[in-house]
Amino acid sequence: MSGVRILVGTRKGAFVLTADGKRTSWDVSGPHFAGWEIYHAKGSPADPDRLYASQSSSWFGQVIQRSDDGGRSWAPVGNEFRYEGVPGTHQWYDGTPHPWEFARVWHLEPSLTDPDTVYAGVEDAALFRSTDGARTWQELPGLREHGSGPHWQPGAGGMCLHTILQHPSDSARLFIAISSAGAFRSDDAGKSWRPINRGLRSEQIPDPTAEVGHCVHRIALHPSRPDVLFMQKHWDVMRSDDAGESWREVSGNLPTDFGFPIDVHAHEPETIYVVPIKSDSEHYPLDGKLRVYRSRTGGGEWEALTKGLPQRDCYVNVLRDAMAVDSLDPCGVYFGTTGGQVYASPNSGDAWAPIVRDLPPVLSVEVQTLR
Amino acid sequence: MIRVALPAHLRTLARVSGEVQLEVPPPVTQRAVLDALEARHPVLRGTIREHGTLRRRAFVRYFACREDLSHESADAPLPDAVASGAEPFVILGAMAGG
Repeated sequence: MSGVRILVGTRKGAFVLTADGKRTSWDVSGPHFAGWEIYHAKGSPADPDRLYASQSSSWFGQVIQRSDDGGRSWAPVGNEFRYEGVPGTHQWYDGTPHPWEFARVWHLEPSLTDPDTVYAGVEDAALFRSTDGARTWQELPGLREHGSGPHWQPGAGGMCLHTILQHPSDSARLFIAISSAGAFRSDDAGKSWRPINRGLRSEQIPDPTAEVGHCVHRIALHPSRPDVLFMQKHWDVMRSDDAGESWREVSGNLPTDFGFPIDVHAHEPETIYVVPIKSDSEHYPLDGKLRVYRSRTGGGEWEALTKGLPQRDCYVNVLRDAMAVDSLDPCGVYFGTTGGQVYASPNSGDAWAPIVRDLPPVLSVEVQTLR
Repeated sequence: MIRVALPAHLRTLARVSGEVQLEVPPPVTQRAVLDALEARHPVLRGTIREHGTLRRRAFVRYFACREDLSHESADAPLPDAVASGAEPFVILGAMAGG
């Protein structure tokens, strides 16, 4: 019997939504870790019972939770994220040097092959890895120590490393993205990194085509074509066909190309989804209409998906980690909003229905396909 | 026996109800109490004091005997009433809206 398990991180706890393969009737459990911010929770591709969650609080700091039974029980594991060596400074909002300080874990990315190995993207931007089931964490300092590090600046939400992508067959190749430094690639399992931002253009920085400084919001890839990357930038939807060596804009006929999430259909590597947001100063859908846009051509040509979504008076946002797809057939697409709704489409986006309407603001949505 | 009162979130995290009671040899200081607390409940490491520096987290406060001891030296003796167990050493999150 197939099914799906959705891990939802919110401002006030985590929720687990489960359904069978029809994806029409849902069981909702939670809040787990009630009252804490859950920036992200994700399951291991190698063991669906192994889950990791980032639990944090401005008062009490960072906690990492781990489940070994698919979320029925959880236990706190290691929460010490210590930068290697003397971390130095990056630029502050006003351009002055600011010491690197750990604030929280934005994103947890379990290894594709080993349930005990998991990556953590943190604020202030750095990449950590655990190989013992999150009991201990070690920084991969080559990223932070990239020569451009002292010039990185925080975005409005903080200087966060929010995207971690693993090449499905080349374990040495990793992609990450930082707001607002840009995208980076490693070809040696995280030891060394180089920026992959050629082709990005950001009018909000002094040199619009600079090597670093771009506010990349999210990157996605399809495992069957891992050299093809899709990016939602601060403004602009971008595409690379050469593993990030160069990018071209594919915003096409989108009504606005500002947004946060981007994701790829599980079975159609040229079908991608974004949620256009009015602007960088007005973080809500254009005209109060919540519309997911789908391109079946890898960008350029987009269609609005509206069936089942509010088409008036809707002023929520969809954050960068709050969209995911399952791998059932047809592909299910899910997203959560800052208004506390989690919407599901069991038919690749053709029609949507809310699973829940009144959660706290949703920070992240991840899906596990259970078989 | 030293009595420590934790905020609700940390009681949940440490899986305790009510106050935590600790044996702390003299001199009874903030540092000695927090070291003993973290030794009993390692899950609290990093939640009250920062890892490494062991500085009090910015939004955490220490109260005892109706006084705010948050800005006292970590090595200053705590009030006799705390050392004797007559009063608890209170750890709490700073008040904030939202």
